[in-house]
Amino acid sequence: MTGKLKSGRQVVEGSYAVAHAAAICRPDVISAYPITPQTHIVEDLSQFVADGAIDSKYINVESEFSALSALVGASAAGARTYSATTSQGLALMHEVLFNLAGMRLPAVMTIVNRSMSAPINIWNDHQDSMTERDSGWIQLYVEDVQELVDTTVQAYLIAEDPEVSLPVMVCMDGFILSHVFEPVDLLDQKAVDEYLPPFKPVSILDPDDPKSFGMFVDPEYYMDFRYLVEQAMDRSRSKILDAAKSFESAFDRYYGDLIDTYQTDDAEIILVAMGSLVGTLRDAVDDLRSKGVPVGLLKIRAFRPFPADEIAEAIAGVKVVCVLDKNISLGTGEGAVCTEIKASLYNSDIRIPVIGFVIGLGGRDIPVGTVQRIVSKAEDVIKHGIKVEREFVDLKHSLVS
Amino acid sequence: MKEIRIHGRGGQGSVTAAELLAISAFEDGMYSQAFPSFGVERRGAPVMAFVRLSDKKIRLRSQVYEPDYVIVQDATLIEAIDVASGLKADGMIIINTERNPDDLSLETKAAVKTIDATRIALDIIGKPIMNTVMLGAFAGASGEVSAESIKNAVRDRFPGKVGEKNADAVQSAYDRVVES
Repeated sequence: MTGKLKSGRQVVEGSYAVAHAAAICRPDVISAYPITPQTHIVEDLSQFVADGAIDSKYINVESEFSALSALVGASAAGARTYSATTSQGLALMHEVLFNLAGMRLPAVMTIVNRSMSAPINIWNDHQDSMTERDSGWIQLYVEDVQELVDTTVQAYLIAEDPEVSLPVMVCMDGFILSHVFEPVDLLDQKAVDEYLPPFKPVSILDPDDPKSFGMFVDPEYYMDFRYLVEQAMDRSRSKILDAAKSFESAFDRYYGDLIDTYQTDDAEIILVAMGSLVGTLRDAVDDLRSKGVPVGLLKIRAFRPFPADEIAEAIAGVKVVCVLDKNISLGTGEGAVCTEIKASLYNSDIRIPVIGFVIGLGGRDIPVGTVQRIVSKAEDVIKHGIKVEREFVDLKHSLVS
Repeated sequence: MKEIRIHGRGGQGSVTAAELLAISAFEDGMYSQAFPSFGVERRGAPVMAFVRLSDKKIRLRSQVYEPDYVIVQDATLIEAIDVASGLKADGMIIINTERNPDDLSLETKAAVKTIDATRIALDIIGKPIMNTVMLGAFAGASGEVSAESIKNAVRDRFPGKVGEKNADAVQSAYDRVVES
């Protein structure tokens, strides 16, 4: 492997593509700890640094906790920062995640989505990042490698906007996107430099102008700080759209605002999903449409901030919504996307059955046939009303009975 | 869209073969997608890799269940697993073996092609690494990708003498399959 950055449209591994995208954003400091299936990303980045292909400082650490802690210091000193992790590694970062968000430090981190132990499993679902949904990080999910590349660049623009100043997770499906080889336009350095201006921090640690980040506050102040983070998260909504639009102007690719919709205009059934499953769903929707089934697709790009208004607008008028969750909030029987969609509709006029499907945990494959069975169930709900509100898809009943 | 499943054992370069096939097809002007079966890789254990080729953007992310083509790098796998599982009736399975198709008693309606890829690899490359040889055989037998693109992808991946030897092995396998 050579550390020289490639350029132009070619077939590369998803991990290389995101490492390239991160590198071309000119991070001052990279710190990460290798963990499957994120490993190839940090191998490629450390190779770029070792070969002098990029000027970043790569800080080797002994754990994910240290990796993200290193970025706290670097970011507070005014550096553009990058990390990547997955699963148990993200869990080990848990308390530092809250620190970055609370200190308003705009790091960007790739989450290579993987299941959580136990039992230990290295394959894809969304449990790792979904578990961190309250940490104050913006969360963007991507469908394919090109969107991963493009969203990584957009993530810095969103994170570093002075009106936002929050860290961003770009979430990609482990193995499915990290280990796939497919055609991708690797971005040009000059074009990215024009799109993404240098990081101008709102406030930095400076010996000549001493100040503190993340210091002790008593009940007089704490709640107000939390409110300010929520306000920044709310302001990021328009910034996510701005970043997508300006990216479209510069690179001619657009993936939607906080959500994207496909074949929803006259749909009676809408499937909701995040990540690479959306690609399979597009094929399934086309197939079902050709057979006259009025089904559409709603893709969530940003899970944080949660696109409640956009979802409500997209599903108003349909007959049933099927949410395909690659996570389970244990004790509720369903995934978090389903719960949040239902919660966001409660005070509205929209009264549509929302059915939760927990799917693809720990890498269980999701063939088109599985999607067709879900849509058949949605057709049953339209005809006969709700019988089952939530379900584990393709469960091996012989193993659990 | 054409779907390909590659069977091999850990260490035989099945995942690399899938990647090189995706790169070759892209160079021929197609959309392509290659991915491993996401197993924990161990040397000698059965592994799979998948490739999709299409003239349109490939969105499907599931594994391949009904392949148009199956490539088997190691004939001992035939006893261990159902290598022809789901193979389309009008599809093709290409197996690395010195035996003839009729001697293999595979349960498939698809075309069965055999090639002694290990022998070609030993003769030309000097090592029993047959993954690039099987790509040459695939190009010759299927016509889905050009031998030229595969040779370019092989040379690009393995610079210098190793790449040249592999490219020669690709051409040799291609010629042998086309002539047979």
